[in-house]
Amino acid sequence: MNTPRLLRNKIALAGLILIVLYLLMSVVSLFWLPFDPLAMNAEQILQAPSIGSGHLFGTDEFGRDILSRIMKGTSVSFIISVSATALGAIIGIFMGVWAGYLGGKPDNIIMRIADILFSFPSLLLAIFIMAILGEHTYNVVLAIGIVYIPQFARISRGAIIALKGNEFIRAATSNGAGRTYILTHHLLPNITAPLIVQISLSLSTAILLESALSFLGLGVQPPNPSWGNMLSSARKVMMFAPWTAVYPGLAIVLLVLGFNLLGDGLRDILDPRLRNVR
Amino acid sequence: MGKYIVKRLLSLIPVLIGVSLIVFFLVRMIPGSALQMYMGTQVEATAEQMEELKRLFGEDKPIPVLYFEWVGDLLKGDFGYSLRTGRPVLPDILNRLPISLELTLYSLILALLIGIPLGVVSSLHQNTFGDFINRVIGLIGLSLPQFWLAALMVIAFSNFQGWIPMGNYISLLEDPVKNLKMFFLPSLAIGFGFAAVVMRYTRNSMLEVLQMDYVRTAKAKGLPHRKVIIIHALKNAILPVITVTGFNAGYLLGGSIVIEEVFALPGMGRLALYAINQRDYPVIQAIVLVIATLFVLVNLMTDLVYALADPRIRLVDEKR
Repeated sequence: MNTPRLLRNKIALAGLILIVLYLLMSVVSLFWLPFDPLAMNAEQILQAPSIGSGHLFGTDEFGRDILSRIMKGTSVSFIISVSATALGAIIGIFMGVWAGYLGGKPDNIIMRIADILFSFPSLLLAIFIMAILGEHTYNVVLAIGIVYIPQFARISRGAIIALKGNEFIRAATSNGAGRTYILTHHLLPNITAPLIVQISLSLSTAILLESALSFLGLGVQPPNPSWGNMLSSARKVMMFAPWTAVYPGLAIVLLVLGFNLLGDGLRDILDPRLRNVR
Repeated sequence: MGKYIVKRLLSLIPVLIGVSLIVFFLVRMIPGSALQMYMGTQVEATAEQMEELKRLFGEDKPIPVLYFEWVGDLLKGDFGYSLRTGRPVLPDILNRLPISLELTLYSLILALLIGIPLGVVSSLHQNTFGDFINRVIGLIGLSLPQFWLAALMVIAFSNFQGWIPMGNYISLLEDPVKNLKMFFLPSLAIGFGFAAVVMRYTRNSMLEVLQMDYVRTAKAKGLPHRKVIIIHALKNAILPVITVTGFNAGYLLGGSIVIEEVFALPGMGRLALYAINQRDYPVIQAIVLVIATLFVLVNLMTDLVYALADPRIRLVDEKR
């Protein structure tokens, strides 16, 4: 990928800046937080946001500082979305690439499995898997990762099939190159563009899925803060303390927006077809 | 066309079998049997009673046999019994299904009503400030968690009577005005993000079509601008939008699970969440199966509509 081009695309750049800010916040939260995110304080319950008290985003129904909890939740969101996307991408790409390259029976079997997984709306599948595995942070990763497998499989299979008929592949075969060599040296490097875009968009969806699961009480369990479970507990008090619902939600929106902007910008940069349209 | 429909219907069978296998075996991966779950830890039963219960719960047979019995029951309309209430599952689902479907349908309509016009306008003013704002709003729409939007609506509209359903449901036949009013905000919460998707697809598709020769010809013939856009361009540009809409209906259906919870609408999503909290697996199993089947059927309908609108699709398929 060409870095200067990434930085010249305003949309991608805006996304990148948002993501870097969140990464900084996540790193800072490892060393310093304004308040202890788990410490309850009976005297500070549901304080409105104010600079004087130090609670910039106010406090929740247990008197815990909302800003500190949001900062702490950043790492949770990053870890879950990156590992779930990695899980789905690695297995999905592996399946899709082999299916596309081998064709025939293996292709048929792999793609039928993907079709079946596709028959479940993603949130429903994630909820179902969580209901079976039980509420735990790694299960969230597993649930979202499984949802992603067919998506990556389908995209990489399509890309490989489109590429397979090209002359340079036939040339490599007639030169005596082995299957694995052709896969790793000729096919994989040429399908990275659509995969990079998909990874960026999957990171954003993972954050939304994780927050929805935690919101429903199926994801990250309290007292550990995650943006979704903060919103879940805010439901009881948000009518008279709206800040408990507003700030964690904004935290989700801005990070997801960051990944979406980056994904959109990357698509503009990497997809030559769209470049002509502009 | 008839041949194409039959072929597509037949292709559903393996998918539905696969779906039922996944649902059945995943539920059986849960540690602890349904019987243990039902008994809890407080009840003591004699050996004969346990035998009887095992037979009742079907735990006396090997799993493959159970699967075939389960599918046989499903085909007869027997979806099993709730572990908590002891009632048959199917009537409970059928009572709630219309609410979820209504919510999904309204959110789809809202998304199309918002998304298509904005997409067209954006494509006609490509790269202007308005287009840019539209795209940014679209991206924000994609980034909003539906349940958060819903929660903000509940905060903002809690003082307005009738806009927030909160538990009571009034059917369309009973009082159409009240029904539409109570569904408006929940549908908007689900549909807003999808409107962004529709908008983006309409815009891209219009941009591609507007460059085509026949649109230029239509313009050169001196046809009125509006006619060229709506009759010539939009009619062709709308095809990919139909596909995306159909394939995303499941996303809307999934969204309804969370939104029903926030607005306390007594639909299937709430039933599912309640069943999950209660570990009521027959109910969970049945709901997942129903939603997945609906989703597969909607995808099939999308394919058929597409084939009807674009003969090339079915011709290519029939040649194979």
